[in-house]
Amino acid sequence: MSEPIIQFQSVTKRFGPLTILDEISFTIHKGEITTVMGKSGVGKSVILKHIIGLMQADSGQVLFDGADMAHLSRHDRHRLKSRMGYMFQNIALFDSMTVYDNIALPLREKSHMTEKAIHTKIYENLEKLEIVTTANKYPSEISGGMQKRVGLARALIRDPEIVLFDEPTTGLDPIRKNAVHSMISHMQRKFNFTGIVVSHEIPDVFYISQKILMLEEGKIIVDAPPAEVETIENITVQDFIRGSESLRDDLTGLATKTVIVTKLEETKASSADTQWNYSVIAFRANDLDGINENMGFVVGQMVLQHLAKFIENYLRISDDNFRYSDDIVVTILPNIRIGMARALVKKMPGAMAGYSSAPPEDCGPVKYSVSVGVSESADGKNIEDVVSTAVGDMSVVGEFDLK
Amino acid sequence: MKLVGRSLHTIGAYTVLTFQNLGKLVLFSVAATVFIFSPPFKIRRIIEHLYFIGVISIFVVSLTAFFTGLVLGLQGYYTLSKFGSQGLLGSAVALSLIRELGPVLTALMVTGRAGSSIAANIGAMRISEQIDALDTMDIHPVKYLVSPRIAATVISMPLLTAMFDIVGIFGGYVAGVWMLDVSPGIYISGMVASTTMRDVSTGLIKPLFFGFVIAAVSCYRGFHCDRLKPGVRGSESVSLATTTSVVICSVTTLVLDYVLTAFLL
Repeated sequence: MSEPIIQFQSVTKRFGPLTILDEISFTIHKGEITTVMGKSGVGKSVILKHIIGLMQADSGQVLFDGADMAHLSRHDRHRLKSRMGYMFQNIALFDSMTVYDNIALPLREKSHMTEKAIHTKIYENLEKLEIVTTANKYPSEISGGMQKRVGLARALIRDPEIVLFDEPTTGLDPIRKNAVHSMISHMQRKFNFTGIVVSHEIPDVFYISQKILMLEEGKIIVDAPPAEVETIENITVQDFIRGSESLRDDLTGLATKTVIVTKLEETKASSADTQWNYSVIAFRANDLDGINENMGFVVGQMVLQHLAKFIENYLRISDDNFRYSDDIVVTILPNIRIGMARALVKKMPGAMAGYSSAPPEDCGPVKYSVSVGVSESADGKNIEDVVSTAVGDMSVVGEFDLK
Repeated sequence: MKLVGRSLHTIGAYTVLTFQNLGKLVLFSVAATVFIFSPPFKIRRIIEHLYFIGVISIFVVSLTAFFTGLVLGLQGYYTLSKFGSQGLLGSAVALSLIRELGPVLTALMVTGRAGSSIAANIGAMRISEQIDALDTMDIHPVKYLVSPRIAATVISMPLLTAMFDIVGIFGGYVAGVWMLDVSPGIYISGMVASTTMRDVSTGLIKPLFFGFVIAAVSCYRGFHCDRLKPGVRGSESVSLATTTSVVICSVTTLVLDYVLTAFLL
């Protein structure tokens, strides 16, 4: 595990008689994405505001690199802020400035860059987020989704080491929501920043986070990696996850992992056959990072959408496919042995060649390869292990050339 | 007895709160003033506010000045003619405008036009978290938002007052010379003879103080609009900040005018 960068030690925050944070303690590690979940109004944003220094704890300590933030010198506090980026829930763009000026502000005020260098850097970011056309518009002239992306561009413009995202995808359509998550994850891998995300988007945030914190009635009731969160038996946690998680993945239209796994376990439990078995095929859209980098994050999401549609079409199974991660779709084949699953995979290149080569709507020509892996359930193996085996078994089976 | 006790408690609490706010306003104003003179200097931002506070106010200030001059000319002629002293009309109009009415009415006009706008603008930024956004970017909100506005208002006020005086005197001239047949030579020579450099400088020193108070109070009310009254949040707090800043600035202008007059007379 990487070294701790931010530590909350028995932090309490009250607003009048209301205790929002009640002696909470947790650690955020360098280079990881931590997601803070919880019902509305439980104080998730308050945690972010303590980290950035907009609020001070009534008691307890917030440590940054081991130093108590409350006792930092003014100079150190300035240095600390310059290492952070913050994306507000309400975006907080300056309505009297154009999009360009909004993004340029931190560079103009806090760097010694020339106007030409600022211009180049801003347009690089605008292109990545596909909002170049908004550069000369005022925030009130663009949609809420675009405003979100402008807020994101402003938060990332100084290449911060720590980025705080306060509900970055609220109000976005599924493709753009996933594009933003994908971008956060991609940027985090590229620049190795520490990300802290406040979000309700389950399971999407599970794909990008290394750690999940859940806040309930002022206390941290979950502090675990995403895979563990799904297995926690606490009723509040499960109610929250099930309540927030939709039955279908917004982006691909496939059922979610929870739905499939539950169904699989029910089928297994009700089966009279003690030898009851299932196979798993895992499909990966390769080099999504490269597509995101070169063609934009929206195209990356469209590619995954395209793959999901192909799988449904090819296998003629719609209820046993689910999105496993940001670039992998998994199919469960109940009562099918691994040999038959391999036979299906063997025929796949032909089906790929015959499948629609038209790029998805609003997506230009794009080429991507697909890797596939197969595995089979066995005694004592849970679904996670079976899928992991399939992912480990992956090899390239073909390529889509959409034009 | 209980009622008296409760009333005293309310008055006491209100007084403490008022003094607390006054103390915070002073600290806020001092910090903003210090930032004006601390590098990096952002002259361009001051110029932008000079345009908004100064240039855009020229029309409303001139219009007010012209009609004030006209009324002064008419009323002055009516009063002076009772003593057969119509020849002093130029002096009466000029001295009234330069020493008192110019600075005060300009301040009230700037309060109504620019002060209210400053409070509403900064208040809206507060409730939409734009001020917090500045803070997270390590941009000091007071230096960025308040200092340029104070500098621009302090620079604008004497210039607008001078314009008010000139247009007002012209209004008095129109009323006296064109409408009431006072001799133009007498109007102008009376004015020149009775107006001293001290009158002019007094009339141009006051606006510096008025400008500072208008900008500082308006910025402060807007900046802290979310803390003005318990339970008042959102757009209501912006509305409250705007109204109270106009009232406070107007009353303070009149009180300060008395104090400055007493010192500068």
